[in-house]
Amino acid sequence: MLMNLFKFKGGVKPPTNKTQSNTLPIAQAPLPSRLIVPLHQSIGGTPRPVVKAGDHVLKGQLIGEADGWISAAVHAPTSGTVLEVAMHVQPHPSGLDAMCVVIEPDGRDKWIAHGPLDYAAMAPEAVREHLQQSGVVGLGGAAFPTHGKLTASKTVPMDELIINGAECEPFITCDDLLMRERAEEVVRGIGIFRDLLQPKKVLIGIEDNKPEAAAAMRAAVDALNEPFLVIQVPTLYPAGGAKQLIRVLTGKEVPAAKRSTDLGVQCFNVATAYTAWRAIAHGEPVVSRLVTVSGNVHAPRNYEVLIGTPMGELLKLATPHPDTDGIVMGGPMMGFLVPNEQVPVIKATNCLIAHSDRVFPPKAPEMPCIRCGACAEVCPHELQPFEMYWFSRAKNFGKTQEYHIFDCIECGCCSFVCPSRIPLVQYFRFAKSEIWAREREKNAADGAKTRFEFKQLRDEREKAEKAEKLAKVAAAQAAKKAAEAAAAAAAETAAAETGAPGNDSAAPESKAVAEATTLPDATLTTVDAEKEAKRAAIAAAMARAKAQRDAMPAKNTEAVTIEQQRAIDDIEARRAVLAPAAVPGEKTE
Amino acid sequence: MDILLAIAIMALGAVVLGAALGFASVKFKVEGDPLVEKIEGILPQTQCGQCGFPGCKPYAEAIAKGEVDINLCPPGGMEGVQKLADLLGREVKELEAEEKPKQVAIIDENTCIGCTLCIQACPVDAIVGAAKQMHTIIAPLCTGCELCLPPCPVECIRMEAIGENLDNWKWKYPVIEIKTEMRKAAPMMKAA
Repeated sequence: MLMNLFKFKGGVKPPTNKTQSNTLPIAQAPLPSRLIVPLHQSIGGTPRPVVKAGDHVLKGQLIGEADGWISAAVHAPTSGTVLEVAMHVQPHPSGLDAMCVVIEPDGRDKWIAHGPLDYAAMAPEAVREHLQQSGVVGLGGAAFPTHGKLTASKTVPMDELIINGAECEPFITCDDLLMRERAEEVVRGIGIFRDLLQPKKVLIGIEDNKPEAAAAMRAAVDALNEPFLVIQVPTLYPAGGAKQLIRVLTGKEVPAAKRSTDLGVQCFNVATAYTAWRAIAHGEPVVSRLVTVSGNVHAPRNYEVLIGTPMGELLKLATPHPDTDGIVMGGPMMGFLVPNEQVPVIKATNCLIAHSDRVFPPKAPEMPCIRCGACAEVCPHELQPFEMYWFSRAKNFGKTQEYHIFDCIECGCCSFVCPSRIPLVQYFRFAKSEIWAREREKNAADGAKTRFEFKQLRDEREKAEKAEKLAKVAAAQAAKKAAEAAAAAAAETAAAETGAPGNDSAAPESKAVAEATTLPDATLTTVDAEKEAKRAAIAAAMARAKAQRDAMPAKNTEAVTIEQQRAIDDIEARRAVLAPAAVPGEKTE
Repeated sequence: MDILLAIAIMALGAVVLGAALGFASVKFKVEGDPLVEKIEGILPQTQCGQCGFPGCKPYAEAIAKGEVDINLCPPGGMEGVQKLADLLGREVKELEAEEKPKQVAIIDENTCIGCTLCIQACPVDAIVGAAKQMHTIIAPLCTGCELCLPPCPVECIRMEAIGENLDNWKWKYPVIEIKTEMRKAAPMMKAA
């Protein structure tokens, strides 16, 4: 199969160191003394624990429920008893703790009831859902939940599905062995991805230093009669980077701040395809993975390891040399020293390298940058590491972003070639995490500001509403009082008139009025009542106007100093004590 | 005649340009004080009032007017003072108060009597609860301003420093700083 391959810029050729571990077949690691299963093993939401200390769990039983769509479930790797759900040290460069489920195996390794799914009858939605529930995540190292990548873009036609079997990092051979020994299941898994994404082409990229793996995959593709293309790509670190492999196989360059999906390309690791097939065809969730154990050990080899196995116990299987002084998780280019031997193997652990000064001689001290440009020549993303280094070192983070620091994939090529031995990637990681922290702080401050402003607005509105309510009450009371006063006045006059009927000196017309008022003359009383109502309405309106005037803040109180405000408050407090007596209608509710 | 024409042309030019300037000053008028906004952008928006002003905006306004110093904001820290000094061209000064690590308020929910006083005091609405119901802090919204501490009648609120966790962990600065070596051996030798 001849095909035009493309090239990516830069790249380095470190010694591959793969032959030590790829000669022996995959071995099954024995049950460890205990399993520490971190809940947060994929990008996205942290799964919620669904077991508690003392519970008995079976192999494959759900122990952490996916939290949200971008999150994947976590399962018990073997049967046993849950000892605790507690914080434990993580395989992370920080050495910090996170929530883990600790399981003591009972030795029976008993599976929960599971079986093959009727894949042909399953809707694509159900397949994605099942993959999420089975905890299938990208096993290349990023651990992005796979189901989240299995929805084709609605706007861009799906051109190519890339399967990443490049495994470019030195020492690591787990994907190589997987393809050699389990090629058929990998190809079947790729078939699932193909069915969900409906791409025009499926390309399987394997570095040309793995001829056995490529041959096995070709044989499996032919045996299953699939139209997949197995392509051998030149061995050049970091050909296994998603963007690099896409570039090599399709010639498409994924622009900064865009995802390959936007170009109609999607990329999966071979091990991810394998676990997807196990999940669909056998109903097995992801409870184990292949891990290369290499470096300063007697018997480097690939092991099928339960998730949660303490790294120290796994390393012992390969009998490390006595001068081993640490464990590197991942390869020598992108890996990191884990905090201690107790940290567990997680879904993203593809390789453990026993560290010693013999395997990785200590670096000579860092020298000043001579601006030779070697780092820029090898950068696969065509960045200018020497510029980014300068600005990171000076903590000028705005400038680092101008030089596109976030396009850096931290592959380590620049540090590898630097003649001054500057740990460039560390500077970039520092700058990136500093920028992220600032971004978080900025967002938090903006959020606090909006909420503060909203609270002020609400307080003012509430004050205004309260004043309005008080004014209404005051107006109603004033009206009532006016009406009462009017009624009293009317009664008084009536009483006065009726009280002097025998007075002869009274004018005859006044007598007539008196008679009229005393007599149940309907017309005259209605006129009187109307007059009173009008008067009351006027009084109420006046009271309302007064209340409104009171509710408006005085102009000269807008810009007062704190001392002045305090003085005003004091006066207000004293006034409030006196107020009920002075204006009872307004101050009492 | 020529001189009159020249004067007329200059006058016409002056009128046209004047009109353009007048139009521009109306059309592109800057609303508000951009300096206040820039200062406010630097302030941490905790709304804690530790500067003596009721919120970050009044303090920003006072700084813009040049009435107060730039070192009154403890939550902003020395970094904030540095940024303000850079923006305003003023001199960097030591912080007035002690710089504290970032904190979050925590309500002891067993002691809380549900008086709502802390809810009223919280400037950023980070406390939920109702009268005679237990209150609690929405931790991600809390700015650590401590304004809820004094009104609590049962003292059930405490402040806790936000420790390092996997979500906020940062890679360290790779430059190893040169420290003066502690010479302990020499005096011991002398004593011997």
